[in-house]
Amino acid sequence: MTRRFTATLMAVGVVALLALDLSRTPPNPYQAPPAFAFGSGLAAEGGFCGALPN
Amino acid sequence: MSVSGVVQAKPARQGLQRSGLLLGALVAVALVALFVGLRYGLMLAIGISFGVALEGLRFGFAGPWRAMILRREPAGVLAQLLAIGLVSIAAIPLLSASPGELSGAQAPIGWAMIGGAFVFGAAMQVVLGCGSGTLVNAGSGNPVGLLALPFFALGSFAGAYGLVWWTDLGALPILTLRGGFGLTVTLVALALVAGLFWALGKPGTRRLPARYVVAALILAALGIANLLVAGQPWGVVYGLGLWAAKGAVAIGADLSGSAFWSAPGSIERLNASLLTDYTSLTDLGLIAGAFGVAAWRNGGLAQPLPRYPARAWVATIIAGFLLGYSSRLAFGCNVGAFFSGISTGSLHGWVWFAAAFAGAFVGIRIRPLVGLETTT
Repeated sequence: MTRRFTATLMAVGVVALLALDLSRTPPNPYQAPPAFAFGSGLAAEGGFCGALPN
Repeated sequence: MSVSGVVQAKPARQGLQRSGLLLGALVAVALVALFVGLRYGLMLAIGISFGVALEGLRFGFAGPWRAMILRREPAGVLAQLLAIGLVSIAAIPLLSASPGELSGAQAPIGWAMIGGAFVFGAAMQVVLGCGSGTLVNAGSGNPVGLLALPFFALGSFAGAYGLVWWTDLGALPILTLRGGFGLTVTLVALALVAGLFWALGKPGTRRLPARYVVAALILAALGIANLLVAGQPWGVVYGLGLWAAKGAVAIGADLSGSAFWSAPGSIERLNASLLTDYTSLTDLGLIAGAFGVAAWRNGGLAQPLPRYPARAWVATIIAGFLLGYSSRLAFGCNVGAFFSGISTGSLHGWVWFAAAFAGAFVGIRIRPLVGLETTT
């Protein structure tokens, strides 16, 4: 068995994760923020590993 | 078919395969940009670029620390410090100029943070994969990375679940180096640490190979791009925990008992697509980029899988879980705390580095004991 098998497993896992997520919480492109946060005038609000609950 | 026909067919097939990989990446980015939003498409492109750079240039975090500790070869660590310094030159002034639009990887130093960083440093040496490294390893077909990854995600979810309890054990206020003074202190400190590693390094191994310089330059450029596009620095662990949290919600788990997962910001992200979460996008990009490089490389996916003893696989599961759990207590992994923390002026990044490096000495000792250096 080669890495082709494990890499394929990983790819299948990613596709399954995204398919499940898209079916439960589909994105809405009309609510998308501007392309760049810098210069947008909007507050940064993404989740981050260093952030405490907000 | 004649022998020459076979020889000609192979490059043709490889060319087709490589074109397919490039096209696949472009289509994925375009689809996300069109159907989710341009910013999210850009974040996926940045993530893929991170994956291509790390796997393509065989650069990472765990390996260079191991090389320094075991063989006194400092080049990889020096390249990491170079990349961090380059990001800080842009990031610290940008954060001072746009405090609302951009946020740094700033977190409090505390007991749990220090302990978490120590455990992370140990665990990443056991599986030889850090936050970004585990994703890159999994994407390129490394079976240890592949097995560690889901447990990393579960650990990140669990660590975040009890994060407030751990932080309440004792933590300082968030301490940040800001503005011109902060940048100067950061660069001087990076130079001093680099000088220390250089001095401790074995003569003949101190020079940075071109590959490492290129990797540092690319990582720095991508790190700055990440900050400008997302408004926050490069991170890994939050996204993995979010994947597990979404999975838990999907099977009916009640997360209201967690101060972290029941906070308004977390609820909002649990109810939004993963494709709108910045760290998830760069995580997915890291996997995809590494997969692309492995598939692109001659024989990259044809390598036989190593055969480890059973205890090695058990250790991989435990280390994977600990990587996730500890990195939440530590407010980040090698990326979110070390790379992004220091480069955005957070003092917790420095403490993280010291604690995780100390932990790496322990992890290096554990790795052979669990059979991860002997194949059967």
